[in-house]
Amino acid sequence: MENNFIKALAEIVGAEYTLSDPESLACYGYDSTPELQSRPGVVVLPKSTEEIAGVVALCNGAGVRVTPRGSGTNLSGGSISFDAGVILQTSRMNRILEIDEENLTATVETGVITSALHREVEAKGLFYPPDPGSMNISTMGGNVAENSGGLRGLKYGVTDDYVMGLKTVLANGDILKTGGKVVKDVAGYNLNQLLVSSEGTLGIFSEVTVKLIPKPQTKKTMLVHFPQLEQAALTVSHIIAARIIPATLEFLDRTTIKCVEDYAKVGLPLDVDAVLLIEVDGHPAQVEEDAAGIREICERHHCSFFQTAASPEEALKLATARRVALSALARVRPTTILEDATVPRSCIAPMVKLIQDTAKKYDLLIGTFGHAGDGNLHPTCLTDERNPDEIRRAHQAFGEIFEATIAMGGTITGEHGVGVAKKNYLPKLVGESGLRVMRGIKGAFDPRGILNPGKIF
Amino acid sequence: MDYVKLINCMRCGMCLPHCPTYKETFLETASPRGRVALVRKFQEGELVESEKFLEYVSLCLDCQACASACPCGVNAGELVAEFRCERKNEKGLSMMEDMVLRKLVPHPDRLEAATAPLRLYQKTGMQKVVRSLGLLKMFPEALGRMEGLLPKLPAAPLRQTISEVTPAVGQEKGTAGFFLGCVMSLIFSEASLATVTLLSALGYKVVTPKDQKCCGAPNMLGHDMEGLKDAARFNTDLFESHELDFVVTDCGGCGAELKKYGHHLDGEEGATSFSAKVRDISEVLAGEAGALKELLKPLPLKVTYHDPCHIAHCQGIRSQPRALINLIPGIDFRELPEADACCGSAGTYNIEKPEMSDRVLSRKVLNVQKTGADYLVTSNPGCLLQLKKALSEATPPVRVIHLTELLQMSMDA
Repeated sequence: MENNFIKALAEIVGAEYTLSDPESLACYGYDSTPELQSRPGVVVLPKSTEEIAGVVALCNGAGVRVTPRGSGTNLSGGSISFDAGVILQTSRMNRILEIDEENLTATVETGVITSALHREVEAKGLFYPPDPGSMNISTMGGNVAENSGGLRGLKYGVTDDYVMGLKTVLANGDILKTGGKVVKDVAGYNLNQLLVSSEGTLGIFSEVTVKLIPKPQTKKTMLVHFPQLEQAALTVSHIIAARIIPATLEFLDRTTIKCVEDYAKVGLPLDVDAVLLIEVDGHPAQVEEDAAGIREICERHHCSFFQTAASPEEALKLATARRVALSALARVRPTTILEDATVPRSCIAPMVKLIQDTAKKYDLLIGTFGHAGDGNLHPTCLTDERNPDEIRRAHQAFGEIFEATIAMGGTITGEHGVGVAKKNYLPKLVGESGLRVMRGIKGAFDPRGILNPGKIF
Repeated sequence: MDYVKLINCMRCGMCLPHCPTYKETFLETASPRGRVALVRKFQEGELVESEKFLEYVSLCLDCQACASACPCGVNAGELVAEFRCERKNEKGLSMMEDMVLRKLVPHPDRLEAATAPLRLYQKTGMQKVVRSLGLLKMFPEALGRMEGLLPKLPAAPLRQTISEVTPAVGQEKGTAGFFLGCVMSLIFSEASLATVTLLSALGYKVVTPKDQKCCGAPNMLGHDMEGLKDAARFNTDLFESHELDFVVTDCGGCGAELKKYGHHLDGEEGATSFSAKVRDISEVLAGEAGALKELLKPLPLKVTYHDPCHIAHCQGIRSQPRALINLIPGIDFRELPEADACCGSAGTYNIEKPEMSDRVLSRKVLNVQKTGADYLVTSNPGCLLQLKKALSEATPPVRVIHLTELLQMSMDA
């Protein structure tokens, strides 16, 4: 990277926040995606919309590429700069600008941590439901760019169900404001929705306005064991068919159960196929009724164990198995490949079965857990990056899993984004016309192709 | 350095919101994930030990909050400390380090003699004169900071005044060995005396071997692994020569180090069984909650608790101190926001990295003020030194005391 260019960046964001030493560049060469790494040319940490705009305009003029990054928890390589460009880290823009209790909205700067917003709005009796696994460090801007989901997706939806307004820096440095605080707005194209899940390729968000809802009054947590996978899957379908929408409906498979038990000793039996963690929330009367209905359905499907938490402490205890699932898996081997194949809810059982068969075929250890209620599974391959043969087999296995996902009418990524990791699978999913439309949109927003190039397609 | 420990990091970033230096800077190089990456890339030959590299690595407080947060069981703080030890081992100790770590710290009598002039300095009123004339500005900055941290010293170190055996009050339940921390004995002897009084009142005979040496934590801080091992061997042999049911300490730093003797002296006789016997005072007292409650009288104070890193992150002790405070009738306990975040003391960090230490400390002070407490309770001498100074200067001032002092106050109320 040329010195003059770095100097010009430093004039915009300050020398302290313009990093080009080899150590910094090495530390900004990764995100949370396994295997992928590439050093950027320079890193900047702007403090305002104007500073972002200044950086992007400078890059556009010089033809230098920019990759936005929040806390670097991306799981598809989306926040890595693969062509020694600029990494633009948004963490310093971390102010919650407004919680509007009359309009039930919150407006935040892009670098606000998701759980910090949760804390602030919940203190006012309000609720911002999206809760991605990384919510204690993920940024709101990153959540919008990836359209993050989480455990509460089934009942409450994902990030794009809450985005009402955005302030976005465009490729030429212009600032675009879309949406706002109004619930109804049909003026022109719905650019908010277009920008959500654009993975940094259409613009860089500097402010986000989200919808808030009243905090549910109460919740009830249940833990259920199933000796047979099919029965667990049928239970999930039948709960929904009974018009009960739990806030959380999480699933652990046999491999995950074993790893959790080895690690946390929470008393899970090793001879069951599946564990479900179910949470219903809302008005106390409704919660009671839903919980009773769920119990009846679970028993009808031959669960071997059913427990309802009697207190918040007990609820926390019941949720432990699901909460530690990733930790328990990640400790087994040095390298953890966490995927997010998503199928229609009705296909959960065949999908889990297929994952297990594929793991066996390629001699791999794959634990599957995830959001059974919305079909979003996390097959997690436990491997070792020092074993190239095993890594190759892991990629082959995931290739087959994604093909099967598409065949079942699902998607290659439910919440991690395409980035570079899933690029090869996208054409199969969206087809030639899908790609053509996406490329057209990209060209309209970013004619010089400087915004997070090489991602998605 | 075990390479697998480095590649176990899956770069998920869960450690970032818990790292005090990341929270202050938002820089990846100042985060646990970044530090693991730096060390790994050094091992892989991708980075060299440049000035910047050392600066980034040495910004770590080694508070190990990252270890508590890591899903994969990576302890970035410990990895960085081990890495620095290894590098130091290749280079050797400087003359000054050798003098302090090998010739001063392991000898309690020399350490006590070295602090005697300080006692005189305070007793003769010289400290007041120096402070009021602003003479500290003439000292090198680090020395000035050290002087500023110094609270009023006790008349004599506890090691000199305590008897080797303190009998149990009433029916004897067992025998506790007492490990006197250097700083506790030299500066906070009243708190350590309270520890012994509590144990004795609860029916334990307390044995305090006079020959005990520094636990070796300063050697670890100075990256002197051999010095640490010498200390570990000596103390293990000394305490194992007594018939003890357990070994108790009221210093978080010592407790964390003593519990790791088994790890440091892997396979050496006695070390593992010694480490298994070590208890923080809060662990022992929480186990005696019923009997202790009988001894406590009402204390209408607003109290909050700061988790020392060496207690919460290194030993996993969080609920016991809180339960003990809540045993006191009439106490108004208020949870401290970010209670288990480092206070910036971190061994000698507050002298070596004053700027970052002050930033981390300011955040702690603000959080303490949010609670509206009159008293901050903690249980590690480094935190006591750091927070006593900062909170005595805050408005309104907050008193800082050791957990055992609070319990003693309640007993004497």
